[in-house]
Amino acid sequence: MSERSAPGRGSGAPHPDAGLEAATKNEVQHLPSDSPVRFVTPDGELAPRAERNGYEFPSEKLLLSAYRAMVVGRRFNTEATALTKMGRLAVYPSSRGQEACQVGGVVVLDERDWLFPTYRDTVALISRGIDPVEALGLLRGDWHCGYDPMATRTAPQCTPLATHMPHAVGLAYAARRRGEDLVAMVYVGDGGTSEGDFHEALNFAAVFNAPVVFLVQNNRYAISVPLSRQSAAPSLAHKGVGYGIRSEQVDGNDAVAVVSVLSDAVAFARTGRGPVLVEAHTYRMDAHTNADPVGRYRDASEAEEWIERDPMTRLEAYLSAAGVLTDSDIKAANDAAEDFATGMRPQLNANPEVHPLEIFDYVFAEPTPQLREQRSQLEAELAQEA
Amino acid sequence: MAISMAQALNAAMRDAMQADSSVVVFGEDVGTLGGVFTVTAGLAEEFGEDRCFDTPLAESGIAGFAVGMAMQGFRPVIEMQFDAFAYPAFEQLASHVAKIRNRTRGAVHVPMVIRIPYGGGIGGVEHHSDSSESHYAHIPGLKVVTPATVEDAYSLLREAIDDPDPVVFMEPKKLYWTKSEASMPVRTAGFGQASIRRTGSDITLIAYGTTVPTALEAAEAATEQGLDIEVVDLRTLVPLDDATIVGSVTRTGRCVVVTEANGFAGIGAELVARIQERCFYSLDAPVLRVTGFDVPYPPPLYEHHYLPGVDRILDAVDRLEWEDQSKSA
Repeated sequence: MSERSAPGRGSGAPHPDAGLEAATKNEVQHLPSDSPVRFVTPDGELAPRAERNGYEFPSEKLLLSAYRAMVVGRRFNTEATALTKMGRLAVYPSSRGQEACQVGGVVVLDERDWLFPTYRDTVALISRGIDPVEALGLLRGDWHCGYDPMATRTAPQCTPLATHMPHAVGLAYAARRRGEDLVAMVYVGDGGTSEGDFHEALNFAAVFNAPVVFLVQNNRYAISVPLSRQSAAPSLAHKGVGYGIRSEQVDGNDAVAVVSVLSDAVAFARTGRGPVLVEAHTYRMDAHTNADPVGRYRDASEAEEWIERDPMTRLEAYLSAAGVLTDSDIKAANDAAEDFATGMRPQLNANPEVHPLEIFDYVFAEPTPQLREQRSQLEAELAQEA
Repeated sequence: MAISMAQALNAAMRDAMQADSSVVVFGEDVGTLGGVFTVTAGLAEEFGEDRCFDTPLAESGIAGFAVGMAMQGFRPVIEMQFDAFAYPAFEQLASHVAKIRNRTRGAVHVPMVIRIPYGGGIGGVEHHSDSSESHYAHIPGLKVVTPATVEDAYSLLREAIDDPDPVVFMEPKKLYWTKSEASMPVRTAGFGQASIRRTGSDITLIAYGTTVPTALEAAEAATEQGLDIEVVDLRTLVPLDDATIVGSVTRTGRCVVVTEANGFAGIGAELVARIQERCFYSLDAPVLRVTGFDVPYPPPLYEHHYLPGVDRILDAVDRLEWEDQSKSA
């Protein structure tokens, strides 16, 4: 296990293989640890200290709030998947198994910070306090984004891969120019790391020293394409190194490690020391979406293995053993999650109200003459139908 | 003192930056060098590197970065250096820049200007002469603007920077060095208003950007045949001024649309369709198009064969006359 240290986390011994002095400094600063940072074993026991790679233990308070949000997130994933079967959602890309990442990236943020999520990150949205019905707007088909990004400091969920990443960099850079010390947290998947915009965003972030934390949720599949076909790099975290970005890899199913590494990354970025890339090793337990025949490209046995590394049971076991979480706490968390799910059900079972003429309202600040004509046409059609 | 279109564009950015501290200019080589066409010359010196700066060489990154800056209240004016170099940014423009207002029900808007030097006639090598306006005009949510005069270059760019919506600002490279005695600042008609550059009663020539001077030259040459040709400069493709087009063609009864871009599925096709929808009973002849050929923009030694010039426009005019003669015969 590596004892290497990243800057801002105490002193680190130079890499023994390093040649030139400058190169040594650079490598020590930017290379991720040899294996994912881990605090808690899959059985919920404390992992050897060396596996923490110098990171600090998160506060109990933070871990408890992460736990509660994960319980809600797990329940939400189940509920949303059920809603697709009832025809209430057009599609749902589940994040079951990735709850530690979904929640971990959000609990380390302040209200002033921005979140840039993808289509799979609805659990991150609700963890940020966004109304679940609004969070499901995109997937339900009400509108392309159901919440107000400015009010929630949460960018619209991005469907194309990695194209939201340069937005986060530009926003974070601009905020710093305005004297605000906010951080932008960007979620992206393993597939997204192959896209050009991933690389352009990393490069811009490094060159402009933008306070951005890139969280790569490596869930091992881009729809059906496995990681081995996605990248030949030693880890996805290594992709940050070439851009001069401090990079780290973490066990994405160990919520304690995720929260610790991301807290550290946010603090690092906030204090103006530059962007951070974190690769979280996790697993998408469900199919890509409800419409995806997952059995065609991976064995059920593989998923079984990962169920043993379930982030929920792992955190619960650890917190219970540590005496932080009692049985009644667990019951309370599950009850709250159940309330959350049942609370959103009637709203999602109702047919959403759609205002046909609204499709013309936000193309431009003021509609063009051509749009006015087309709006009148639809208005007349609607009047005839009525 | 005469001023060139490039200088007018430069003055527009300078004045906009002076008027509004949120206006920032960035892209490749726009800072220290002042742009490969000197359009951003002196801005970095005058306003500092925070206001006019060079970026990594990555067009998608530039456009996406501008989205984020615009979300924080800046007004980015980004340069794409050459027409075909903007294609890597196409996804950002099509998927995000154009749609973010709509996607967020108006909560987020990105007032930004994407400056694209475009078109041929300057002896450029491959990827330096495309006319890509149809690609952008086809995307709902983008305004598309192209000046043909020095005065419009200044005025339209100022308006583009002030506009609450993203504007693709197509700068005709070939016209960068055309000069005018205009004194800056100057304000011309706003977006969505075409300009009748030359009045006439026999035929309407519709042009924009690079083809406006050529159309005017053709109209002048046609006076030898006793023809009185009107030239309409669209100025903005989105929004489009249907009223001026319809008014002109209704009066003349004949129309030729002139674009430098290849014609297939282009702006010319859109214009012809709109004219026949709106002016059918006023037309004395089919509406014709004079465009570039449907080939990749050719190497410099061939480009004079590609570009629609005065002769090709006059040939089309002759065809209209022929239609008319056959009818009256």
